[in-house]
Amino acid sequence: MLLGRTANDLYWMSRYIERAENMARLVDAGLRLALTRTESASDEWSSVVASAGAKAAYEARYSSYTAEAVGDFLLRDSTYPSSVISCIEAGRSNARMVRTALTRENWESINETWMAFKTLLAPEIDQRELPSILDQIKRQTALIRGAFHGTMLRNEIFDFAQLGIYVERADNTARILDVKYYVLLPSLSWVGSSLDNYQWESILRSVSAHRSYRWVYEADYKPRNIAHFLILNRRMPRSLAFCYRMIAEGLELLAEDYGERHTCHDTLDEIRRQLAPDSIDQIFENGLHEFLSHFIRCNNRFGEEVAEDYRFF
Amino acid sequence: MASFDEMRPGGAGTRQPYAGYDSWFQNQDPARLKEKMLDAESVFRKTGITFAVYGEAEAAERLIPFDIIPRIISGSEWRRLTQGIEQRVQALNAFLDDIYHRQEIIRSGRLPKHLIAGNEAFLPEMIGVRPPSGVYTHIIGVDIVRTGENEFFVLEDNARTPSGVSYMLENRETMMQLFPELFQKIKVRPVEDYPQLLRQSLSMVAPEPAKGAPTVAVLTPGIYNSAYFEHAFLADQMGVELVEGHDLRVIDGHVAMRTTQGYKRIDVLYRRVDDSFLDPLTFRPDSTLGVPGIMDVYRAGNITLANAPGTGIADDKAIYSYMPEIIEFYTGRKAILGNIPTWRCSEPDSLKYVIEHLEELVVKEVHGSGGYGMLVGPAASKKERDLFASKLKANPANYIAQPTLALSTCPILTEAGLAPRHVDLRPFVLMSDRITIVPGGLTRVALKEGSLVVNSSQGGGTKDTWVLDDW
Repeated sequence: MLLGRTANDLYWMSRYIERAENMARLVDAGLRLALTRTESASDEWSSVVASAGAKAAYEARYSSYTAEAVGDFLLRDSTYPSSVISCIEAGRSNARMVRTALTRENWESINETWMAFKTLLAPEIDQRELPSILDQIKRQTALIRGAFHGTMLRNEIFDFAQLGIYVERADNTARILDVKYYVLLPSLSWVGSSLDNYQWESILRSVSAHRSYRWVYEADYKPRNIAHFLILNRRMPRSLAFCYRMIAEGLELLAEDYGERHTCHDTLDEIRRQLAPDSIDQIFENGLHEFLSHFIRCNNRFGEEVAEDYRFF
Repeated sequence: MASFDEMRPGGAGTRQPYAGYDSWFQNQDPARLKEKMLDAESVFRKTGITFAVYGEAEAAERLIPFDIIPRIISGSEWRRLTQGIEQRVQALNAFLDDIYHRQEIIRSGRLPKHLIAGNEAFLPEMIGVRPPSGVYTHIIGVDIVRTGENEFFVLEDNARTPSGVSYMLENRETMMQLFPELFQKIKVRPVEDYPQLLRQSLSMVAPEPAKGAPTVAVLTPGIYNSAYFEHAFLADQMGVELVEGHDLRVIDGHVAMRTTQGYKRIDVLYRRVDDSFLDPLTFRPDSTLGVPGIMDVYRAGNITLANAPGTGIADDKAIYSYMPEIIEFYTGRKAILGNIPTWRCSEPDSLKYVIEHLEELVVKEVHGSGGYGMLVGPAASKKERDLFASKLKANPANYIAQPTLALSTCPILTEAGLAPRHVDLRPFVLMSDRITIVPGGLTRVALKEGSLVVNSSQGGGTKDTWVLDDW
């Protein structure tokens, strides 16, 4: 038995914490690229902001893209609802409302992270400290994930929190790809220039997959493989297919436990059909951008249906 | 005025209940104890045991200071206390039942009618309503002060929604983490089972038609309430849902909560929402914290509310002075635990006494609170006392007077070592078909030297309270 409001808080708790981590990873990838390609640094920061889905909010505050401004905005601007500091504030507040549903370890890891981020992100960021700050953010969120997976009973509470994680992550990965989809298009270059190589590595780095890519595919970056890795590979923990494998697992268990299926189950099936393992050529043929924007819309709709079907409100 | 120190009265030897602790304490390295003090603070911060202070954005989540020296009560002292508390709680419940039904106590002339009729805490909506199992006060906190070896007094009864029990539990938990060896050496009676006892107690008074195990839930005003932590904590420890008003709806004559599988019926609601916010259709129409129609369900006997609405009349200040009479009227015996002597200035003899002894007394307005309109005799000038005396004579029924009490002290750990500070005690009492008192309670301590104010909002702290298993 779970309150609809509790399910809602669990779902959003996970989404916000996942988002905080993704923000840090995006800034990290941007930093890397800007360091290696100083002449186009401003372009890189602008695509980081676009990947974060924060273009309009950013441009309402700043007139140019600099490392300082982007870092400040995405990490510690409390007026921007998806900055790391806002995410942890919101996630912790959701967690506080569902404390009764969390293990002590899980709650403490979130509360501790909230305290740590408040101290860490209170002063203006010294650029020399940025790598270490990003590191600490990733480490704290890893702590939360560890406590969550290591101690939570695999019941409906877990399922709703898990749904939040993977809906958010799928959205994040799809948006990263969509912002950079043009560098993956075959017409541009089948043989990567060094510029392309940086761009490709950046995409992989922003989902922490630049090393694992080489374990799965050949050492050279190829756009088709990168797209396959991030969209269809079932073993890559930030790919769309992986996210939906996890979502399906939770949602099927809920259907079993509750003895009822909802609209969101149909949407789930539909999305999983789009993510068939051998469909990468089809995706490129129909248009990568079209595929990704369609996926982002489906993913959003799926989230809304879950909220409605399980009486979040 | 010399205060009774519970560890070393008169600065002399250590009292028996503290003997075991003291022998341990003497062997401790002061530097290590200071570290433990800091450890305690980080334990509280990490677990998020905070209380909100209204209107302070930055300090929105504060810790109540915790002192690591326990307050110790012997088994025999506790037995005497609990006998008195049980009697008092029984009387309070009988009083509530009477006052919302036949009002025998008024008919008999023991209690003046105007004290009830003109009292805001009296809820006319409760007249003739009998709660499931006849229990009004499921949870009571009785505030007790001590002035000497054998002198205990009830300072006030909290019959609405007493808070603080989570601190009792977390204080013990913290002490056991910090000083496990102490609990091996000294037999302290456990308080950990309070949540199970609370759940059992609430389940026992479910409405008749509840089939199988009744569904219990805790109703909180929400995350911004100063006691939210406690609401969440208790729901968690009891293994029941923590609900807010907007989770609930009246469906087919029952109260139900919105779950991921639809609406589910609730049998017992431990509500931490004040009477006036409980039902916008019956009380404050602007309340968003309650459940529209819940009072109809209640009157139909289809839900248990703990505590019952309208219990505030039993802990009202004007009623307090009649507690000795109330206890005798309903239990047929004299009160075991004393009230603080209170002179009602409406009675000519009392008025005469109060005016003659103004320099020793504290005079309060009957409906006042927070220290307004009060005269502290010993601290006032002759001119102020004379002025107050004329106010008294003009409207005597508006005032009560009490002696200034020398509250007992317990040592706290300061930079300079142990130092005595004034304390009070709030044991928690559960009532169903029986009365259960968990051996312990919340000891509040005034951290400022000489201060008598133990409230957490004004610099008070808490201590773990030990009842010894020694008889």
